[in-house]
Amino acid sequence: MSQTRKQLLVDPLVDNNPITLQVLGICSALAVTSSLNVAFVMSLAVIAVTGFSSLFISFLRNYIPNSIRIIVQMVIIASLVILVDQIIKAYAYEISKTLSVFVGLIITNCIVMGRAEAFAMKNTPFNSFVDGVGNGLGYSLLLMCVGVVRELFGSGTLFGITILDPVNNGGWYVPNGLLLLPPSAFFIIGFLIWGVRSWKKSQVEAREYKIQSLEVH
Amino acid sequence: MSDSNNIFTKFKNMPVDGIIKTVIVATALCFVCSMVVSFAAVNLKSIQEANKAIDKQKNILQVAGVYHEGVDVNKTFSSFQPLVVDLNSGKFTDKFDPSIFDDKKAAQDPLLSVSLENDPASIGRRTNYATIYLLKKDDGSLDKVILPIHGYGLWSTLYGFIALEDNLNDIFGLQFYQHAETPGLGAEVDNPKWKAQWKGKKLNNESGELMIQVAKTQKYKEHHIDALAGATLTSNGVDNLVKFWMGKDGFKKFLNNLKNGAA
Repeated sequence: MSQTRKQLLVDPLVDNNPITLQVLGICSALAVTSSLNVAFVMSLAVIAVTGFSSLFISFLRNYIPNSIRIIVQMVIIASLVILVDQIIKAYAYEISKTLSVFVGLIITNCIVMGRAEAFAMKNTPFNSFVDGVGNGLGYSLLLMCVGVVRELFGSGTLFGITILDPVNNGGWYVPNGLLLLPPSAFFIIGFLIWGVRSWKKSQVEAREYKIQSLEVH
Repeated sequence: MSDSNNIFTKFKNMPVDGIIKTVIVATALCFVCSMVVSFAAVNLKSIQEANKAIDKQKNILQVAGVYHEGVDVNKTFSSFQPLVVDLNSGKFTDKFDPSIFDDKKAAQDPLLSVSLENDPASIGRRTNYATIYLLKKDDGSLDKVILPIHGYGLWSTLYGFIALEDNLNDIFGLQFYQHAETPGLGAEVDNPKWKAQWKGKKLNNESGELMIQVAKTQKYKEHHIDALAGATLTSNGVDNLVKFWMGKDGFKKFLNNLKNGAA
């Protein structure tokens, strides 16, 4: 075991964050971060799905025929996602209306598939579970960071509690409507990746191709 | 005992990539997963249905303007009187129990609905019986009427309610509780600013013609709702469905009867 369990859990938070380093799972990060309540429920859903799908896939890893392994992983992930979706619909109906298709789209979230294929197929169940939860937490951390910026400056609230009193309610803050639209999440994620990579230089990717300067004959 | 053990060891010793083991693993996994999913779906259904019912009641409260954060939905809703209306005669009917009558189901039932020839709202079949809600003032006189409306937008059927004032011509509010229009464009039908436009608009002009209109250009101020920018087809859908349900194939007869005290 090259990594300790603690590393498995903590590494994906910053050093190996699925969004900032691997740039996976961007689509749902754009869609569900305009309010923190929604982002929080989505985070819980993703943590549960990555954790348990890794656990079950790791349990079965010696029985999964190589030729159908992706399908087997998908079946397990999809079942878990439906389970989570049904539970959210039953116990958090208001939020499920905002999340709409994005819970269902966890099935296609590359983070979940990536961990199943890259880690759970080769490691013991408990380690896989920890790894899955760690990556789910890494995703959640970024989701919450983006959510804080978008909700605070987009509508002046955090978790629905007014922080910056918006003009509509007779306050002083003019909410920035752009931050409630999906493109703003692109900018914020971009700035976050820039920030993280300036702080941790090792994450900067090597340049694949350098434009040659023309030689004048 | 030894027999089952044998089968198990036999299974374990099979090559993982062999056809038989592949088929067995795939079948067993699908079986287990489908059991889990159906178990969850069946067990949680009653809670989900209850949530949907409360959500619908909440929408009725919102459209009537009596909803605010933290209000007890069930208790406030009990001040509304649900009634089933026969759309063909325009009169109340006691054939069905209004607390359980399901308009959506009725619209699918050939005995309870008609196939529409003139169908601007693109709903195919229209139910003959609709559940409406009356809100009475403290002295027992009519305060508001809440009518269910639905019709096709761009991607989906929009289901909602329209609330009318006691003169049955002034709109108090309009709200959709279920649709799947494009977020940011067509889904702006949920935008409070857009919805606020409906308040105080008049359905009919003085000679009783249906004049209400969702359009880009304004013809008559008291009948005009500004269409949504970037959502022409959703706006057209809303325009059509409001005209349909407030027109002669919809609630017009009932509203006239109610006004004359003949419902």
